[in-house]
Amino acid sequence: MAGNHDHGFAHPCPPWILFTTFFTLIALTILTVITAGQPYLGPFAVFVSMGIATIKATLVALFFMHMFWDKPINILTFLSSFFFVSLFIGFTLLDTDHYQNQINAFPREPLIIPASAAPAPPPAATAS
Amino acid sequence: MAVAEPAHDTDHDHHEHGEFIAHHFDSAEQQYDSGKLGIWVFLVTEVLFFSGLFVAYTLWRSHHPEIFTQAHVFLDKVLGGINTVVLLFSSLTMAWGVRAAQMGRNRVVAQMTLITMVCAAMFLGIKAVEYSHKWDLGIKPASLWHYTGEHTAAVGPLAVSLGISDWLVTLSIIPAILLIAFVVVSVVLRLMDKPVWSTFSAGLAITVGGYFLGAVGGQLYMQASEGSSSHASRAPVVLHASSAGYQEQDHVAGQEKAVDSHAADAKAGEAHPDGNAADEHASNDHGTDAHAGDSGHGAHAVDPHLPRKEDLDQDVRIFFSIYYCMTGLHAFHILGGIAFLAWIFYRSLVGHWRPDYFGPVDYVGLYWHLVDLIWIYLFPMLYLID
Amino acid sequence: MSTAEIRQKMFGHADKNYLNHSKGFASWALTLDHKRIGIMYLIGVTSALLLAGVFALVLRTHLWVSDSGMLSDAMYNQMFTLHGAIMVFAFIIPSIPAALGNFVLPMMLGAKDVAFPRLNLASFYLWVCGTGFLLVALATSGLDTGWTFYTPYSIRTQTSVVYATFGAFVLGFSSIFTGINFLVTVNTMRHPQMGWFRMPLFLWSLYATAIIQILATPVLGITLLLLIMEKLIGVGIFDPALGGDPVLFQHFFWFYSHPAVYVMILPAMGIISELIAVYSQKKIFGYTFIAFSSVAIALLGFLVWGHHLFTSGQSHVVTLIFSAITFSVAIPSAVKVFNWLATLYKGSILLCTPMCYALSFIFLFGIGGLTGLFLGALSTDIHLHDTYFVVAHFHFVMVGGTLTAMLGGVFHWWPKMFGRMYNDLLGRVGCFLVFSGFNLTFFPQFVMGARGMPRRYASYDPEFVIFHQWSTVGAFVLGAGIVLSVVVLVYAALYGRKVTGNPFSGASLEWQTSSPPSFHNFDHPVVMHDPYDFGDMVYDETLDSWVHREFIEPDRRPEPVPAHH
Repeated sequence: MAGNHDHGFAHPCPPWILFTTFFTLIALTILTVITAGQPYLGPFAVFVSMGIATIKATLVALFFMHMFWDKPINILTFLSSFFFVSLFIGFTLLDTDHYQNQINAFPREPLIIPASAAPAPPPAATAS
Repeated sequence: MAVAEPAHDTDHDHHEHGEFIAHHFDSAEQQYDSGKLGIWVFLVTEVLFFSGLFVAYTLWRSHHPEIFTQAHVFLDKVLGGINTVVLLFSSLTMAWGVRAAQMGRNRVVAQMTLITMVCAAMFLGIKAVEYSHKWDLGIKPASLWHYTGEHTAAVGPLAVSLGISDWLVTLSIIPAILLIAFVVVSVVLRLMDKPVWSTFSAGLAITVGGYFLGAVGGQLYMQASEGSSSHASRAPVVLHASSAGYQEQDHVAGQEKAVDSHAADAKAGEAHPDGNAADEHASNDHGTDAHAGDSGHGAHAVDPHLPRKEDLDQDVRIFFSIYYCMTGLHAFHILGGIAFLAWIFYRSLVGHWRPDYFGPVDYVGLYWHLVDLIWIYLFPMLYLID
Repeated sequence: MSTAEIRQKMFGHADKNYLNHSKGFASWALTLDHKRIGIMYLIGVTSALLLAGVFALVLRTHLWVSDSGMLSDAMYNQMFTLHGAIMVFAFIIPSIPAALGNFVLPMMLGAKDVAFPRLNLASFYLWVCGTGFLLVALATSGLDTGWTFYTPYSIRTQTSVVYATFGAFVLGFSSIFTGINFLVTVNTMRHPQMGWFRMPLFLWSLYATAIIQILATPVLGITLLLLIMEKLIGVGIFDPALGGDPVLFQHFFWFYSHPAVYVMILPAMGIISELIAVYSQKKIFGYTFIAFSSVAIALLGFLVWGHHLFTSGQSHVVTLIFSAITFSVAIPSAVKVFNWLATLYKGSILLCTPMCYALSFIFLFGIGGLTGLFLGALSTDIHLHDTYFVVAHFHFVMVGGTLTAMLGGVFHWWPKMFGRMYNDLLGRVGCFLVFSGFNLTFFPQFVMGARGMPRRYASYDPEFVIFHQWSTVGAFVLGAGIVLSVVVLVYAALYGRKVTGNPFSGASLEWQTSSPPSFHNFDHPVVMHDPYDFGDMVYDETLDSWVHREFIEPDRRPEPVPAHH
């Protein structure tokens, strides 16, 4: 049951960990659906739902993806990606914040447009 | 493959180069460690790949929160929730499969992989229901946006007789063909005495069956829940004050639409570069009441539970662009995942896994968990707003 | 195996080697041997270089007079776009990592191959496929958006944007796969005695490059995918008419494309470290500083992309931040230049072709890098943005930098790759033509740009005619130099004098193989030592090769540490 360890690098995950993780995830999913409808959370709603999502993600990563027992290099590699994503989001958010008025003022196409009056070019030409 | 015998020189320990160790690796462990690092690095690229869409989401949510509150009524929490549970369950079975592979239990790996594939296909089936339902309403990415507040009529005979969306039928054609093909091939191969390939084909057939499980279940739910609290239950949403910049345009557009809708539809019948979708909807959009999905309200079948088109913000279609891009890209990854899982399934049937060689199962597992991880974020971000 | 046999195998010329190990088209087309893949890549990227180079010559010919009309305006737009797109995506980004890196990296590590040979081959075919799509774009309606595909024009234009962006998308995956392969190989497949700080610096630079490829290229992928979606189904994220944000496209695009320029230059710097060390026969000065500076450049490179958006409508706050950080990126590069110069000092200089290229690099990259500072400073960038100053700056770093280093590296490792020596005199003539042609082409462009000549213009004010004409003459000289170098190398591969394993006294592990290497690289033990300890290398007359001293004294057999268990 606890497999042969000829070469010693296999670490089968004990079933109880897998099942506990799964049921915790289900419980958190139910929690997040319930809290999503609650008006009293107000502006914090998005933080609560993202927070619960992050807990779920952490559980999946630690136990399903075996990160709890993994080499530090693999963990560092994976987590570093989020750092760069946050850089990307952070700077663009900071920047777009400042010129939103210009975007909003730009004249738009009407919301319901007939299909043949697309803003682009003559119908005879192909789009690619 | 250009694999040559490694030249083992005099001072080798005569480490057995099993057939599962590639010639350029010194040991099974080195091979496993390399593959593991490789897949984690690949997951980093996937995270960065999706990051662009998360950036777009964050920007629009932070600068135009009103379009999110308006648009989310079109997304069904229950279906999204079911999809979440399905994926979480598939993660469990996948992790179980990795565990089994580490213990060399190929049969269990095959079973777990198959269940994972079925769950994946179920996810896609439910997605197909969601997408087709939206396309019926004309909710498409920005420039194809065609929302009128009405359900469009189904036209195909199959769709009418089944009472489902024309789009759902279209989406289900390929799975139907595949299902029949895989069943037939499986039977033929069994008769040709190729049991492994036959079982493999049967497994693929079962996987496609999962799609229909999801699609049928989702469709039944949709029909049962028309007008129920989880879907479009809010009163029509009032125009948001901050869209003052183009409020006038909206009204103008709305009025123009009312006058021009039929003229526009007639025009839409013209040849359009990439407008096959638009053509279909031109014919669908005449509001005849042949569609069983609406509540039978008469010729224009306006659904009182759906927002009026005039009440939607100019930019709400950007929400749906982001929605389609994110869920579409995610669905594409699910499809890719099914392909990788099928490969693992085949290799399990052939009995490749052993305690010192199980890497591929582990790596595909990690990929699959990432797909699940992304959905764990997509679900609250798209479905659980407000 | 006797000592003599081992030494011949290790350091001699090998008639039976990876080139003739197996024969036939399929043995190359389906090879998993990193050396063959490197050669195929080399042929591929060189072809891309020559094709895009021809476009450049056409452009320069058109610009001979101020209003030549040789090309129509639309055709002119297509020419510079295709020159840029092919050069950037099909040539310069893959060039050093895929062509030279593939060949050299495993051997420098003492490994038999990269970690994922099939992924390596896939990477090559993705390159072929992506370049194919770019060529399809060329053959259909072409491309006139500039290689940067800015919206909304790229959405509106009728040219083959979708083919081209899809081609670039596929090329991006080629790059990612190479990066994954190199990162894992360096991590897990080093020689057992090779710690991180006993790796040659070329490997440090390839490692840093791999980090960038992995983190940045996927963002290009999603950007181009969104652009394709924008054109096909109009998602509206970048299109202002649908509520989108065109400056956001620039943010997305440059989040990749700025780190991409470090993908272009870091491997080049790694090569220069090798060349300077070997051809001064002196231990590289400041090894640790150079190693860490590579990683620093890679990481800092992610923090400065906004400097491409200074005049595009980016907010002031963010503009200031990006400008400030941009100055910091210059520091690690300067660290390298000083260390190279210090290495040269009191070295035993051999002024052969690779060394000529290395010295050219230091000069040209120095200028290129310094002119970047003018562009990083806001007050000057306002005037210089979108002028020829920018064009000159990036050509100095990309051509004067990367291409020069690549040529130097190709010459340096050519004897290893083919077991034959190039004609050094002609090689140096080629270097001279490249250097002088390059300077004549691009130095006047700095002046033009500072005086207001805008880039991407098909016609211009007559006051700039003389600069353009120098530039055009220079371009042809540069082209001649490149062609001459290619001819010299090809001739050498076929008919050059045969050489042994280590003709120049290199001390890193790839020089402890025969020339050309055998299929497995190392069928024999190697001696792991400091890769810059040239004092350990002794010339062996019988072999006509430089060997590690352990192999000279017969009574001191090498420690039997095999390259593999």
